[in-house]
Amino acid sequence: MQRIPILKMGDLLLVSIQVDMHDRLALTLQDDLTNRVVKDRARGVLIDISALDMVDSFIGRMISSTAAMTKVLDARTVVVGMRPAVAITLVELGIELEGVKTALNVEQGIKLLRKIA
Amino acid sequence: MTKKTTGHLAKILTTNQDVLLEGWIAGMLSRSVRRDKNLEKEVRDAAVKFISILSQCVEKGGSYDIDTVQWSEIRGLLSEISQARLRQGFSPTDTASFVYSLKEPLFKLLREELKDDPNALIEETANTGDLFDKLGLYTIEEHIKGREQVILRQQQELLELSTPVVQLWKDVLAVPLIGTLDSARTQVVMENLLQKIIDTGASIAIVDITGVPTVDTLVAQHLLKTVAAARLMGADCIISGIRPQIAQTIVHLGVNLEDVITKATLADAFKVALTKIGSTVAETQPA
Repeated sequence: MQRIPILKMGDLLLVSIQVDMHDRLALTLQDDLTNRVVKDRARGVLIDISALDMVDSFIGRMISSTAAMTKVLDARTVVVGMRPAVAITLVELGIELEGVKTALNVEQGIKLLRKIA
Repeated sequence: MTKKTTGHLAKILTTNQDVLLEGWIAGMLSRSVRRDKNLEKEVRDAAVKFISILSQCVEKGGSYDIDTVQWSEIRGLLSEISQARLRQGFSPTDTASFVYSLKEPLFKLLREELKDDPNALIEETANTGDLFDKLGLYTIEEHIKGREQVILRQQQELLELSTPVVQLWKDVLAVPLIGTLDSARTQVVMENLLQKIIDTGASIAIVDITGVPTVDTLVAQHLLKTVAAARLMGADCIISGIRPQIAQTIVHLGVNLEDVITKATLADAFKVALTKIGSTVAETQPA
């Protein structure tokens, strides 16, 4: 089964989504990620969605809930690299990812995590 | 149902062109408010062309339905005249009276031609009147069409002109909004802003609404959308240029701007932005 790799960088976890997300894949990722946060004692999670052309309401909610879950596990999640078209679509759909931190790219995401985590 | 042409009109038009022309032009010039040599010449040229084309059209037309192929030439000429007059600043009435003032001399000739046959005269007068009504309406339609094109073009230009995104500092962008915010403009502003955020890697965007005349719930919602989209991309937004009246309406309307940093002036917003990115501006001795 297809899985999205989760990379460990010190006390941060980096998830770069390079394939089209379908709903099962998203749920698997959520599962894997929460497990890895606990196992690796991560303080921060970076989810890079710069390769995603499309984010639907399900994926949007998944990102929100993942951020909430990792926060319970004491790790902050930052979503990085959202494309303008994706941002506009999400806003039009009324999904504003409240409670999720965002950054322009991985570099700024790491800087932000160092500051808040 | 379309009536057939009887041939009387065609005959009058071809045989009495000069008389018609003089009568028509005299009538037109007496009505027109603006009089100068150029105008007279122009009117005369157009009139000569119109009569010769009209007589051809009536001859081969076969019916009074000006939407048919046979009348395409006259339609072409009329739209040309309408467009030209639109550019010169004529009103639609002026343009239409160009056509209508031909009726009077034409009817006079018709009366003389058909004075022995009252029935034919009434019929011909009604038909001709009908034809001219249609032609006049056509010129008005063309006039309005031309005007709509102008409006459309200006709207487009306005949209492009009024949404610049400027870089104030390294990592700080500003969007000075001027004019009313509707959905279409918000979309353009949002797209421009987000693209610029990507291009420059800016982390703060200041949306300045000094030039926005009124802020109602819809405009506020559009503003909040822009702020939300910028936040999703990882950039913070500051709204500046809120005038006292606008602050009052926002609160009265119950719009929630709690989650957004708001400042009264662009200068204040810029100061906040500098603090956020860790830069300062120091005063020095003037050179």
